Amino acid sequence: MSLSESNQAQHNSLLSSDSQRTLYPYVTGTSVVALKYKDGILMAADMGGSYGSTLRYKSVERMKPVGKHSLLGASGELSDFQELLRYLDELILYDNMWDDGNSLGPKEVHNYLTRVMYNRRNKFNPLWNTLVLGGVKNGQKYLGTVTMIGVHFEDNHVATGFGNHLARPILRDEWHENLSFEDGVKILEKCMRVLLYRDRSAVNKLQIAKITEEGVTISQPYSLKTFWGFSAFQNPTVGAEGSW
Amino acid sequence: MTKQQANWSPYDNNGGSCVAIAGADYCVIAADTRMSTGYNILTRDYSKICKLADKCVMASSGFQADVRALQKQLAARHLIYQHQHNKQMSCPAMAQLLSNTLYYKRFFPYYAFNVLGGLDNEGKGCVFTYDAVGSYEKVGYSAQGSGSTLIMPVLDKQLKSPSPLLLPAQDAVTPLSEADAIDLVKTVFVAATERDIYTGDKVEIVVLNADGIRHEYMDLRKD
Repeated sequence: MSLSESNQAQHNSLLSSDSQRTLYPYVTGTSVVALKYKDGILMAADMGGSYGSTLRYKSVERMKPVGKHSLLGASGELSDFQELLRYLDELILYDNMWDDGNSLGPKEVHNYLTRVMYNRRNKFNPLWNTLVLGGVKNGQKYLGTVTMIGVHFEDNHVATGFGNHLARPILRDEWHENLSFEDGVKILEKCMRVLLYRDRSAVNKLQIAKITEEGVTISQPYSLKTFWGFSAFQNPTVGAEGSW
Repeated sequence: MTKQQANWSPYDNNGGSCVAIAGADYCVIAADTRMSTGYNILTRDYSKICKLADKCVMASSGFQADVRALQKQLAARHLIYQHQHNKQMSCPAMAQLLSNTLYYKRFFPYYAFNVLGGLDNEGKGCVFTYDAVGSYEKVGYSAQGSGSTLIMPVLDKQLKSPSPLLLPAQDAVTPLSEADAIDLVKTVFVAATERDIYTGDKVEIVVLNADGIRHEYMDLRKD
């Protein structure tokens, strides 16, 4: 009798140790898109937090400043993003406590995040996010990304999730060096509009963030103009009867 | 209650091809600069080549996060070696270290396909080729990565390597000149780019010889 009880207890504890790891995401954010422009980095993300197929939360800030020189945008599991912000708070705190006039730049923060994501992947307990890290330090612009398994790179424009399929092609076509702020915003809005039309987890409430040598500015939430007046959408059921 | 199956993979293949050719007094190491995932291109400008020591360069393709972790690990070990021995690691020494580092993770491997190139202590070119768990061999030339099956046969034909079974052992190092070897490398990359979707954008070529180290780039098809 006691042998089967101890087996049961062992079985239960094995199960509960499994429930300590991330198995799948619950509340998720969709694409983040970012590009380098003349004065720094522009980043856009909508404010949606999906719970599976439900668009549950519509005021989620998925972009946050990190230290003096960086801006972090995240897609994927939002609770894991919040945990990352806690790790970064501690990192920046310790950096400030040195009080030596030095501060962590975007390259360093990106490297830190890469190591964190990779190490969690090694322990089979990943932070279920794809991160975009942008910033400017001493005139040097930096834009990089890290995925949940630790794949990372930097480029002139990056996107996560659906953004890779829908936004990157637009950016490859229209991005060039030394974009003005207005042109950069126009390109980002074009990307976000396509995502809004075609990504079912996108919501029409977005923020655009800018980081320059001066610092971070995250815009107030706003929505994009969309056009639905196609003739194919008028009287959609005409011709339905009798058709398969 | 059946055991939960993982719905994510800790591995991904970010593609790309690597090549190295050893000459009498030089070594050419090359890799494309495309990084992909699935059918997407993530970036067109990512270096797969890492200088591990003054006379030792590694090119690795496969899972980029593992490749980067491996490069960092080897660089750190090299620094320790320099502190302890007051000299740079030789290429054959680094070759053994890489093998041991890969085998260390035999039961959760680095998904990295490596080719190590450099100059030995006599200044002669040497190339070492690896699998993901560290089995390695000194060869005259090698190709690894997604385009390796397309590239290797061409190198076999052009560089006519003697069989490793011959006695006495014959030198596998090619009598080709440095310029000819670089030209061959460019040719095989153009060929691989035509048919391998993961190879393209640009090829980064590193040349190691008595004068030092040199980088060259050549554009490839971007489709």
